[in-house]
Amino acid sequence: MSSALPTSITSSRQNILVLCLAFISGFIIMAIELLGGRILAPYFGSSIYVWGSIITVFMLSLSIGYLTGGRLSLHNPRLTLYGSFFATAAALLFPLVFWGDAIMEAMFLRIEDPRYGSLVVSMLLFFLPTAVMGMIAPYSVRLLVMDHQRSGQIAGKLYFISTLGSALGTLATSFYLVLWFEVNQILLTMSVVLALAGALAITVGRNSKAAAPV
Amino acid sequence: MPKINSLLRILPLCIAALLPAAAQAQSGTLNTIHQEKSLYRNILVTEDDVRRCMRFTITEIGGQNQSCYFLDNPDKLVFPYAKMVLTSLLVQDNPQRILIIGLGGGTLVHTYSTLFPQAEIIVSEIDEAVVSVAEEYFAYKSTDKIKTVTEDGRLYIKRAGLRNEKFDLVILDAFNGDYIPEHLMSAEFFEEVKKLLPANGMVVSNTFSSSRLYSAESQTYAQVFGKIFNIRMANTGNRIIVASQQPLPDKATLEQRAAAMGDRLAKFDVKPAEMIQYIKTEPDWDTKERVLTDQYSPVNQLNN
Repeated sequence: MSSALPTSITSSRQNILVLCLAFISGFIIMAIELLGGRILAPYFGSSIYVWGSIITVFMLSLSIGYLTGGRLSLHNPRLTLYGSFFATAAALLFPLVFWGDAIMEAMFLRIEDPRYGSLVVSMLLFFLPTAVMGMIAPYSVRLLVMDHQRSGQIAGKLYFISTLGSALGTLATSFYLVLWFEVNQILLTMSVVLALAGALAITVGRNSKAAAPV
Repeated sequence: MPKINSLLRILPLCIAALLPAAAQAQSGTLNTIHQEKSLYRNILVTEDDVRRCMRFTITEIGGQNQSCYFLDNPDKLVFPYAKMVLTSLLVQDNPQRILIIGLGGGTLVHTYSTLFPQAEIIVSEIDEAVVSVAEEYFAYKSTDKIKTVTEDGRLYIKRAGLRNEKFDLVILDAFNGDYIPEHLMSAEFFEEVKKLLPANGMVVSNTFSSSRLYSAESQTYAQVFGKIFNIRMANTGNRIIVASQQPLPDKATLEQRAAAMGDRLAKFDVKPAEMIQYIKTEPDWDTKERVLTDQYSPVNQLNN
């Protein structure tokens, strides 16, 4: 780890970046969860168990993402790896957009019971991107915390920001985005935003690493 | 003493004056005879002296009744929407296989099974509780001719298409005034419905759409089925969309059928000859409105 003094000048800027990116990931996670109901409805209906499947899978994948992100933050926490989470999540949305219908159709034909059909499809479509986005929160905490006495406060602030993003993502998607755009247009835009966020974090990470020895 | 006497003389008059008012209040009393919360909604069964109704609201007043019947004559249709649905029989008068999406109190099932006792009727209702309330309070019964499936309508239709099933008549009655399931109002869904129709088949949809959704819904039907027509009466928020695989018969044929069917429909309080005027063949919507798809379905947002 680099020494605290030279980096402390840039660290406040880095903190702002991390908080902004955490906001974006919170926004996108809930936007996708909300669209999940729309995506599954043509194949599995809008019965209560379809929402049950979607929420189950999101909670499960987030929980595994939290565990993995926390584990990864133990060794050499850095912005470049953080940025790669965003880039990976961006790429993992592609199967949802381009093969979503084929996957749902195949499962619809194989599984008669719409409860398990929707559960299996939710796993196939949402597990990977959501798990990777789940890694962002604990890793953000690690990037922000410099002092263990303030770790609780910083974690609180991070959850505040990312959950606020989730609230706005839910609202914006359900009230307006679906009124203006097709589901796939929204998903592709989310993917582009994630990719840009990842590229930004990686660039800043590389630059500060290059600047650090000076 | 004289005071009391005059009072005693007046008292019966007062009571006599108050009685009719009291009696009137009595006949107007609306009682909730059953209430339950299902997975999807609150279900109320209300009754006054005249009719019994199923409601998906919290309270007895305000909002809409889903289904009602007259206690003294269960055949007589209460709502204009049901009469408008029956008007579609002028277009195709002998359905032998009927699919109904959305049960409610089972009014349409009762009517069609009475009119066509040989017809096979399949009802897809998402809410198990609605089925049991219909059975208990609206004399609804599955028989060897009437089959009830507790399933989302879209799923039933998708699977029926895979099995190459055909229905002469598909009635979509899954909407209430407050919420429209988006996946039951998209071009892809209507394509799945169309697959179930034989050459003379027909879709009859009971909808409540207003404002921009009215146009979007009409455009979506028109894109999938080609020419469609509406049955609309004044004083009701409902409209019936009829999408037939065949063109609307000319006026003479309609009148001929109305005359032939008049007697059979009379017991349901439907006068087909009078209903002809409510069939509208010309588009009365904005034909530039965007078509609804599974990808673009802001159905409830457009309905405000």
